[in-house]
Amino acid sequence: MRDLLSIADLDRAQIEALLDGAEHMADVLGRDIPKVPALRGKTVVSLFYEDSTRTRLSFETAAKRLGADTMTFTLGTSSVKKGESLLDTARTIEAMGVDAMVVRHSAAGAPHRVAGWVDAAVVNAGDGRHEHPTQALLDAFTLRRHRGPGLDGARIAIVGDVRNSRVARSGIACWHRLGAQVTLVGPPTLMPERLDGWPVAVSHDLDDVLTELDVVYVLRVQQERLGQALLPSLREYYARYGVTTARSERMKPDALVMHPGPMIRGPEIATEVVDGGRSLIREQVANGVAVRMAVLWDLIGSGGRLV
Amino acid sequence: MSDVVIRGGRVVDEAGESRADVLVRDGAVAEVSASLPLPSGAEVLDAEGCVVAPGLVDIQVHFREPGREEAETIDTGSRAAARGGMTAVVAMPNTQPPLDDAKVVAAVLEQGRRAPCLVTVAGCITKGRAGRELAPLGELHDLGVRVFTDDGDCVADANVMRRAFEYALALPGSVIAQHAEDPALVAGGHMNEGDWSAKLGIPGRPGEAESTIVARDLALARLTGGRYHVLHMSTATATELVRAAKAEGVHVTAEASPQHFTLTEAECATFDPVFKMNPPLRTDADVAAIVSGLVDGTIDAIATDHAPHAPETKELPFEEAPPGMLGVETALAVALTRLVDPGIMPLRDVLGALSWRPARIAGLDALGHGLPVAAGNPANLCVIDPAHRWVVDPERLASKSRNTPWAGWELTGKVRHTVLRGEPVVVDGESRR
Repeated sequence: MRDLLSIADLDRAQIEALLDGAEHMADVLGRDIPKVPALRGKTVVSLFYEDSTRTRLSFETAAKRLGADTMTFTLGTSSVKKGESLLDTARTIEAMGVDAMVVRHSAAGAPHRVAGWVDAAVVNAGDGRHEHPTQALLDAFTLRRHRGPGLDGARIAIVGDVRNSRVARSGIACWHRLGAQVTLVGPPTLMPERLDGWPVAVSHDLDDVLTELDVVYVLRVQQERLGQALLPSLREYYARYGVTTARSERMKPDALVMHPGPMIRGPEIATEVVDGGRSLIREQVANGVAVRMAVLWDLIGSGGRLV
Repeated sequence: MSDVVIRGGRVVDEAGESRADVLVRDGAVAEVSASLPLPSGAEVLDAEGCVVAPGLVDIQVHFREPGREEAETIDTGSRAAARGGMTAVVAMPNTQPPLDDAKVVAAVLEQGRRAPCLVTVAGCITKGRAGRELAPLGELHDLGVRVFTDDGDCVADANVMRRAFEYALALPGSVIAQHAEDPALVAGGHMNEGDWSAKLGIPGRPGEAESTIVARDLALARLTGGRYHVLHMSTATATELVRAAKAEGVHVTAEASPQHFTLTEAECATFDPVFKMNPPLRTDADVAAIVSGLVDGTIDAIATDHAPHAPETKELPFEEAPPGMLGVETALAVALTRLVDPGIMPLRDVLGALSWRPARIAGLDALGHGLPVAAGNPANLCVIDPAHRWVVDPERLASKSRNTPWAGWELTGKVRHTVLRGEPVVVDGESRR
């Protein structure tokens, strides 16, 4: 891999190799000193054009655990505010001598543009509504740890604003390649405009599919969707699609609940569910570091096996 | 001005086709005949193996002056147009300030007086292109303006559109031209809404935003008897609506841009904003329908929507870059390569769509453009080598900008000479001024 821009660019074997690598990184993180000098002398820059706390800290922690130097460039403090173009910013940073750029941007394809302009490896840390590949990988990693090596046959429902979700686009591509059956759940206005050729089923009724699911993956629905005539009210949305304790009780005994964050406890997902036995939400965050270590190691490491 | 003889070519115009030499004297065609004696002191333009045609006419260009001279000027844009074989263009009014005022229009026309092609302008339909109050259509008409449009934006208010149709009935030769995309349906969109936008996560602009406006405007044209022109039509549905309305006798014309009969939404998967434009690149089925519309004459004209943007504005993510692409220097070659070479359209029909038909839509025939190559007509001509193969190199374009989606494409057919009012302004592909 030269860059990690999109799950759509990866096949099952490549995904599994990254997940296997992440297992190894998780072992490292479990040691007394959770750090290896694998990327000593390498520099990883976070280029974040959109607010993010968890993804940025997760990548930076991953880079530091591998001994890389890190730099951070966020919108609030940068020359972007002074009108510098994405091209100039990317080239300026590259001129400082960096090995990898972790790019988050509110516009789809921004990391692809950067990858075309610089020699450094580019990791997509979320681009607009397009993709968020490391999120999909860390979710797959988390599920694998609970369900064994593959996701074959697992029924995963993605519930919520799929249309505007980069997490959903990467998740669908990643989990389908690993053998899962994905169902999109939500009102028609929050489904992608066109689903021809997508390897998914669609349901507008969560209660209808609830008892068949192995995983309920909850996406946030933003207040601003109301102004776009996509929803009449959040109250109505939560009544139909909220993960309540009553719904949790109807799920299969071993069904799991996931959320990419940030989440709204309460109507979107009941506190009892978040903190209950089905929830993988905290594990998702913890596993993010191991998966991102594996990605960085694959992109800019020496290629050999870690010791 | 010395005499000019265009020698050895095949004359192709609305009247027919014949092997003939053309003598140009005092700005007009003086003689067309199979073999002309060479007057002493005459300049000879070699046309061996070439087609001699009326100058091309592009009724939709953006020359960015006034306001965005870093992207294009009337000087650079008109030089590019002349190299593309054009002897007349209609510059769109979405400048800064917009062309909604007689003084601004007069200044732009004055600026175009020295240009190597005739630069006319379209006037705004509404003040400030805001879609509410009518611009001074009559005052602009007095200055020669015949095309009115808020291009770049759609006149969304049905009543304003109705009144524009009605008011323009009093202005001989005028036409109301629409950028047909319902602003509410395309709000926040950056590419065609469809399989690719869903996959790429880029908010879409549905084709129905075009067809609903065209359907409504055709109803208003029917109601008022007004003359309607659809700019850069891009969808199969709108093409079908125009076809039916023409059969019914509605006063409607339509144009298509080379990109909309050549490229599809799939190009956007590169995330390169050189493929971003409004209306957006559509589907394979839409491209096929636009081609059929050109073949059967439903679509009257090919117009480029030449929309230069300074390089730094395209060095951005797709969603943040402005829409539009260059067109005047490649339009003829793209049309020859995609329509004539594969035998989809005869050369003469393509030249009609690039010359005499758009000239009539915009009233440029009255100014001597698109007319047959015949004695007495003004000598606005182009000479085309239809077999010349070349590769589009953005760095070699005369435009001030570089945003062509055809960079690296090998095209067939090139303009060799362009003659404006009897003066060779482009000779062997090089600008004389």
